Amino acid sequence: MADIGEEKQFSRRDFLKTTGVFTGGILGGSLLGSVFMNQSQMLTDDDPEVSEESTSEDEAQNESMEARTFFSRSEDFETLAAATERIYPEDDNGPGAIALGVPYFIDRQMYGFWGQNSQDYSYGPFEPTSDTHGFQAKLNRGEVFLAGLRRLQELSMEEHDTAFADLDGGAQDELLRSFESGDVEIRGVRPETFFSLLRNATIEGVYSDPAYGGNKDMQGWKMIEYPGPRMGWAEDIESEEFMSLDPEGLRSYQGGGI
Amino acid sequence: MAEELDKVDVVVVGMGWAGGIISAEMAKAGKSVVGLEKGIDKNRSDYVGVKDELRFDNRYQIMQNLTGHTVTSRNEIDETALPVRTMQNMQLGTDVGGASVHWAGATYRYWPYEFEIRSQTIDRYGADKIPEDMNLQDWGITYDEMEEYYEKWEYTAGISGEQDPLAPERNREWPNPPLKETPSLRLFKDATERLGLHPFQIAAGNLSQNYENPDGEQLNACMYCSFCTRHGCDFSAKSDPLATVIPTAMKHDNFELRTRANVRRVLYDEDSGKATGVMYVDENTGEEYEQPADVVVLAAFAFANNRLLMLSDIGEQYDPETREGVIGRNFNGQYNSAFHGATGFFENEQFNLYMGAGALGAAVNDYAADNFDHSDLDFIGGGAIELRQYGFGAISSSGNVPGDTPNWGQEFKDKSLHYAYRTLTIWYTSIAMSYWHNYLDLDPTYTDEYGDPLLRATYKFGDQERNIAQFGIERCHEIMEEMGADIIEDGNVPEEFNHVYSGGHYTGGVVMGDDPETSAVNSYLQMWDVDNLFVVGGSAFPQFGGHHPTPTIGALAYRAAEGIERYLEDEEQLVKAPGRKFI
Repeated sequence: MADIGEEKQFSRRDFLKTTGVFTGGILGGSLLGSVFMNQSQMLTDDDPEVSEESTSEDEAQNESMEARTFFSRSEDFETLAAATERIYPEDDNGPGAIALGVPYFIDRQMYGFWGQNSQDYSYGPFEPTSDTHGFQAKLNRGEVFLAGLRRLQELSMEEHDTAFADLDGGAQDELLRSFESGDVEIRGVRPETFFSLLRNATIEGVYSDPAYGGNKDMQGWKMIEYPGPRMGWAEDIESEEFMSLDPEGLRSYQGGGI
Repeated sequence: MAEELDKVDVVVVGMGWAGGIISAEMAKAGKSVVGLEKGIDKNRSDYVGVKDELRFDNRYQIMQNLTGHTVTSRNEIDETALPVRTMQNMQLGTDVGGASVHWAGATYRYWPYEFEIRSQTIDRYGADKIPEDMNLQDWGITYDEMEEYYEKWEYTAGISGEQDPLAPERNREWPNPPLKETPSLRLFKDATERLGLHPFQIAAGNLSQNYENPDGEQLNACMYCSFCTRHGCDFSAKSDPLATVIPTAMKHDNFELRTRANVRRVLYDEDSGKATGVMYVDENTGEEYEQPADVVVLAAFAFANNRLLMLSDIGEQYDPETREGVIGRNFNGQYNSAFHGATGFFENEQFNLYMGAGALGAAVNDYAADNFDHSDLDFIGGGAIELRQYGFGAISSSGNVPGDTPNWGQEFKDKSLHYAYRTLTIWYTSIAMSYWHNYLDLDPTYTDEYGDPLLRATYKFGDQERNIAQFGIERCHEIMEEMGADIIEDGNVPEEFNHVYSGGHYTGGVVMGDDPETSAVNSYLQMWDVDNLFVVGGSAFPQFGGHHPTPTIGALAYRAAEGIERYLEDEEQLVKAPGRKFI
């Protein structure tokens, strides 16, 4: 199954390169539009200009969230996207992190209070190398992400002379594992701290409400058979049968729109 | 220069369950009361329509912002403590309603044995049963004395329960019938019954039906929507102070609530030996105020109660070297030695685990308190074994994978999708003891936004913690086997406390008792040293019982309210301590 995931990921990535999505090229016209439609099972982040079918408000809202508001360099974002896809790859179960909008979810999380650690205790002195007291870095999470992603890219260039995003899945995994096990150094933060932030943020982007820009079209919820927030389950909670329902999000729970 | 305000009868610091109860009772009694809350104003409508796992479970929206201050932590008394910096590792309640807004609702009374644990352990097993390093103490109150206060709290809260077959008889039935039974709870109950144990439906602060409490507050029936723990309730169906005691207090003109009022000192007059009021900062403006009062009530979280006394230099700070002093002594709580058990993976069953309620669950108390013979066991006390159906969101459900699964990548994705709703966990809510080496004091290095020292927690496990965790894991494994799980994974016995203060169950430091040498407050939570200062809440627990703390905090708050009323009439120490001279 891993092979299928990798194959899809790379065909998708090659496609993005040739059409210039990552390099900022403008898409349009019927030719490219039809290419997009042909690739639609692997491309869920349809460009609004070419995707005539995405007319619902929810989808339009999701698409407008596909812009970077924290990561400046597209190279950092490509590294991030590739790493999240290894953590939650596309496979027979359904889309992976990229198609679910996880890189954009993380971008927004880094821009907000959590990425800036603005509700955490941030006075010194600091002991960033402590391994017993949780997060002790002087860096905030956004800075940890940048430092970690750049170190990931640097090691990829050193060891493979290739950008992390262009490595094959096995090599990407190996590099990620060296961060997970603490075998590399990042100035100011433990590599495990960076990896666990990356891992957890990826999972959150897959499964949190689409209001945050991930879990695109609630496909994360569909895969895991989670129905989303509902008024309640008083009528169903004694049921012996498992209930697998189409998910609904916060937007519909709250009555969406004013 | 702080502006001095008009004197009131009672000033209450903190607006959670404890402060809400004191405020409501004093307001009903016609006293002038000011309630001071460091957080912002909140009411029920803040929690309507916000069923959002990321916001509440992962970003801890209703936990205290740690920007200005936190707690520092270490294991050994000669170690440098480090601050607990993030809400992932430090979950404190905040705002009006306090930690009570995000509680799950599980409601147990502590056992008669637990209130007299030292005496009863010695009576039954001999003094040698108590390890040398353990500060095992009676509470200075018996279960029989506590009964009426438990009952009062349970009726205010509208608890939904059924009689635990092993628990002492209650004077009155639970105010509401138990919550519904789900297939996972039935599986647990059937298995434990076959094993000769005594299952029952956990009493819940999630209401099984609409209810009007004795103060006239309306609570609604639970919808089992699953957004309970770490969330506020969408429907006013969880008993918390926002649905009960705070509105009751607010109905009285003699009660005034001030929010963003950060109390920094208790004002104390050496000559009279009395507290004269409190000093607080209005966090909207930075202006300082002095609020004089006849009675000062500290009803904040255990950490804040301790720190306020220490910063105000009231009472004698506990010193672990001499083992003298009482403030900060017997710091305890349910840390990661508690809640250990077994997880079962079921190949052929899929449960609707995304449905639930905070305290929806089943339990057995066969291994609680002294309900089983400890003669040949290397620990004392016990706890409940519980299966809870909180109602799990997608993020948390994605963590349900057998332990040999990688936690990312293809295999993780595949197995996490498969097992998300095929996984049940049961755990032992084991008792947590106090030791001479576990205590609270002021940190020498780290300060808050005003330059005041942070509170420092020094905490490590005794052998008891590891031994009781091992026992609990084994019992949970037996039950899970009987439940028919295909894969069973046992929890790990922790080596040492890891400085993660999640779960909200931290207590002690200003403990109650009948001896001023080993306790700071009497059984009315009145300070032995300062007759008009009452310190109410989890800070009073001499050690943690084998169950969740909220009902005992609520009951003790009603007890304290009775004491405060009596004090306002007689203005004296309410309990005559043996061996202590009173002028």
